[in-house]
Amino acid sequence: MTGSIPSEFKENVVRQLADEDLRQALTKSKGHFTGGRQKAKDNLPEFDALRDKARDIKDHTIENLDFYLEAYEKKVLSSGGYVHWASTAKDAQEIVLNICQSVGATSVNKGKSMIGEECDINEALEAAGINAVETDLGEYIIQIRNERPSHIIAPAVHLTKAQVEESFRETHTHLDPKRVLDEPLTLLEEARKVLRKKYFEAEVGITGANFLVAETGSSIIVTNEGNGDLSQLLPRVHIVLASIEKVVPNLEDASTLLRVLARSATGQEFSVYTTVSTGPRRDEDLDGPEEYHVILLDNGRTGMLGTEFQDMLRCIRCGACMNHCPVYQSVGGHAYGWVYPGPMGAVLSPGLLGVDEAGHLPNASTFCGRCEEVCPVHIPLPKLMRHWREREFERHLTPSSYRKGIQLWSFVALRPNLYQWLTSLQMRILGLLGRRRGRFTSIPMAKGWTKYRDLPAPEGKTFQKQWSERS
Amino acid sequence: MKNPRVALFVTCLVDLFRPTVGFASIKLLEEAGCDVVVPRQQTCCGQPAYNSGDKADTISIAKQVIEVFEDYDYTIVPSGSCAGMISKHYPALFEKNSDWLPRANKLSKKTYELVSFLTDVLGIDSVASEFNGTVTYHDACSGLRELSIHDQPRLLLSSMEGLHLRELDDANVCCGFGGTFCVKYADISNRMVETKTQQVVATGADTLLAGDLGCLLNMAGKLQRDGVELNVRHVAEVLAGMTDRPAIGEPGKD
Amino acid sequence: MKNERNNIINNVRKSLGRTGPIDVKRAKELNERINKPTRNLLPSRTDLPKNELINLFQKMAEDVFASVERVKDIDEIPDSLSDYLKRENLPAQVVMAPDPYLDTTPWEKQPLLEIRKGLPEEKDMVSVTSAAIAVAETGTLAMFSGPNHPSTLNFLPETHIVVLPVDRITKNYEDVWDIIRKIPPTEENLVQMPRTVNFITGPSRSGDIEQTLLLGAHGPRRLHIILVESE
Repeated sequence: MTGSIPSEFKENVVRQLADEDLRQALTKSKGHFTGGRQKAKDNLPEFDALRDKARDIKDHTIENLDFYLEAYEKKVLSSGGYVHWASTAKDAQEIVLNICQSVGATSVNKGKSMIGEECDINEALEAAGINAVETDLGEYIIQIRNERPSHIIAPAVHLTKAQVEESFRETHTHLDPKRVLDEPLTLLEEARKVLRKKYFEAEVGITGANFLVAETGSSIIVTNEGNGDLSQLLPRVHIVLASIEKVVPNLEDASTLLRVLARSATGQEFSVYTTVSTGPRRDEDLDGPEEYHVILLDNGRTGMLGTEFQDMLRCIRCGACMNHCPVYQSVGGHAYGWVYPGPMGAVLSPGLLGVDEAGHLPNASTFCGRCEEVCPVHIPLPKLMRHWREREFERHLTPSSYRKGIQLWSFVALRPNLYQWLTSLQMRILGLLGRRRGRFTSIPMAKGWTKYRDLPAPEGKTFQKQWSERS
Repeated sequence: MKNPRVALFVTCLVDLFRPTVGFASIKLLEEAGCDVVVPRQQTCCGQPAYNSGDKADTISIAKQVIEVFEDYDYTIVPSGSCAGMISKHYPALFEKNSDWLPRANKLSKKTYELVSFLTDVLGIDSVASEFNGTVTYHDACSGLRELSIHDQPRLLLSSMEGLHLRELDDANVCCGFGGTFCVKYADISNRMVETKTQQVVATGADTLLAGDLGCLLNMAGKLQRDGVELNVRHVAEVLAGMTDRPAIGEPGKD
Repeated sequence: MKNERNNIINNVRKSLGRTGPIDVKRAKELNERINKPTRNLLPSRTDLPKNELINLFQKMAEDVFASVERVKDIDEIPDSLSDYLKRENLPAQVVMAPDPYLDTTPWEKQPLLEIRKGLPEEKDMVSVTSAAIAVAETGTLAMFSGPNHPSTLNFLPETHIVVLPVDRITKNYEDVWDIIRKIPPTEENLVQMPRTVNFITGPSRSGDIEQTLLLGAHGPRRLHIILVESE
């Protein structure tokens, strides 16, 4: 899997900013999701009240998570399903492989699953000689390009149509090379044909889950394509991969969350397919999987529970935050180096990978607050990013020159007389130096600024100096 | 009501880079009937330390600010981000400190950004100053999202005859300043300010305004690096009729 | 494996500051929430009299590119369906759900319409099912899997025709849950969920290629709803 890692964020950024295809793709998608969300919000007067309720539902569930997980498990079992518990990604891989090998699977269909990405399930399957096929169109495209998704809802948002065409031609070598493929519709139809065959080949279908319902032991997925449904209906075995915080108490709670999910994500009132699955097929059913397995994953969630980062567990994976984030919209999702990009990735990744690995992510933010403004469950994302910065500072992970600079500034700021004497001198000098042109094009120690911008010259005498001279 | 006794928190950027904004603030406040005091022992609101994760220094600085400013009727700040720091974030800093929390709360309730103070507290809906030209207005993030500053500057600007306001596309999208972000992640900041300045130029306005000097220095610096002729000023300067001084980044007159 | 489960549950408890399970009193409250759910806030857009509710359903469904046609009663269904197939240049050949309502439809009025009941095969281009319920709030159909309605009929053929008597149109998703809860419970399961409940809102789509909205990603390209106005 080509890609990057979070600790290489700065290098990733340089590369991504220079990528003209990415810039074109991001410009095209800009406004699409944000405009959609605004329209959906305008069409539903209860939208903000529903967000408050959604937050309350998640908070309540998280605070009683052990109870709801046990209640959920009980219902899955009584409906004929199996429940497996995975503490780590490696555990999840092993469980998936065991299930696949128990039915002699040679091919597995995947509905879109971020947990699947998080646990590198495809890599584990391929290493065991099992073919893993992504069925979501965006996921399929990036799979054949050997890339990670760049967005949690729209995995291929970073690609132009031309890039997709190129990948299809390189991969679908059994088709006529002279065929016309420049329209999105032709690309879709080709993907549909290729993947339709694969649906009937797989013995196992793996999906994620947007929600797990304790009342009924059901799993809920939302898709627009219907690929998650075909992945779970046709094969013998359906595996649901879900992290533990996906559970909700009852179907009414799930309905409330579903009302804010699609609207926040794409601006749709409801996803095309919202599917509630409960156990394997019944005796009277004519279709459906014979086995239904749920894998409940921890992988760092219990480590966030009970800490100042607990609010992050409310996340319902809508992607609104990254759609509205000016940093994400500048660098794209791959810069973040792992599964979860944008503001939610900036808070979650350090929680799951450690702040030494993923520390750049919560630092690369201006705290503009747009993410928090649109989050359907009111996660205080900038505040949580700041908490990561505090953790770094305590552990002396902040780069030393920067740390010293901040502490020096604070030292002086705590001594107003010293501050005024120093700044008065400094600004007088800078003011004199800059008077003629009005600005500086380069200043030692301020290269970060002057690389791209001029620095306007200070007026000269500080305000405090002038004020003290007047009184 | 007796004239409110107002303390000006001038902010480090205004103090250091553009005192004109401080004087414009005082003019506006005095014209609105305030007695303005500038406490000497002020330096910084603590945001740089706060956003760098240095909570200890932030708390020390906040205590200093509280001590210096807590006894006035109001503390007024010509910056949405510094006003937001004091009014929205100080109380959280002292959540577990029963001595300082009430003091932080008290100051928080009396601290306002300049323009929204004039309109929302003093009920000002117009200014006497004159201005001729087209302006566009960038909504600085903290002011907009923490303090709901949006309509207030537009109200006062629209009261000025001869001033024509053109709305900026994506006015509420970050300009890429973000305090130390603009130097720590300069490449990303550049892309953001590039997008912003392109939109500013597209309005065809001859003046760019905002309520936060950090944003203004960032945008002015980019415009000037790109050779764009456009006046950049703090909104207080225009409202106070103090546009005879050079705009941000323009050479001084001798 | 039992260990993993207990490890995770214990870690949850530890993180939440508890040494053991939730106390009996709170457990009772939480059980109430699970077994006797109450509705949360519902959108007011569905506070409508029945005929306007039907209009709302139609409008919402058409907004997401389903096609909707109204017929007076069950007798008019066969002609309407055949006309639709002709208009869309589709063969007069459908695979149909073994559904009691569809069984009583007078298909003999269209003798040239080939109907096969059961599971869809690769060659089937059109499937016909009814919908258990429909939700006016967002123009959504709710399908329950069962011997009368294999779920694959909702996904495999390119065109999906849904026959919907208007008395099955309800206001909100919560109405669907209430209907399911009316099914008599067993000892083990208070709520007898169908194996699969498919909420379907328009035909299959994808925006994955430069955000261009395209229909027919994997599921049906066309969703056609025949609204039957009376018995």
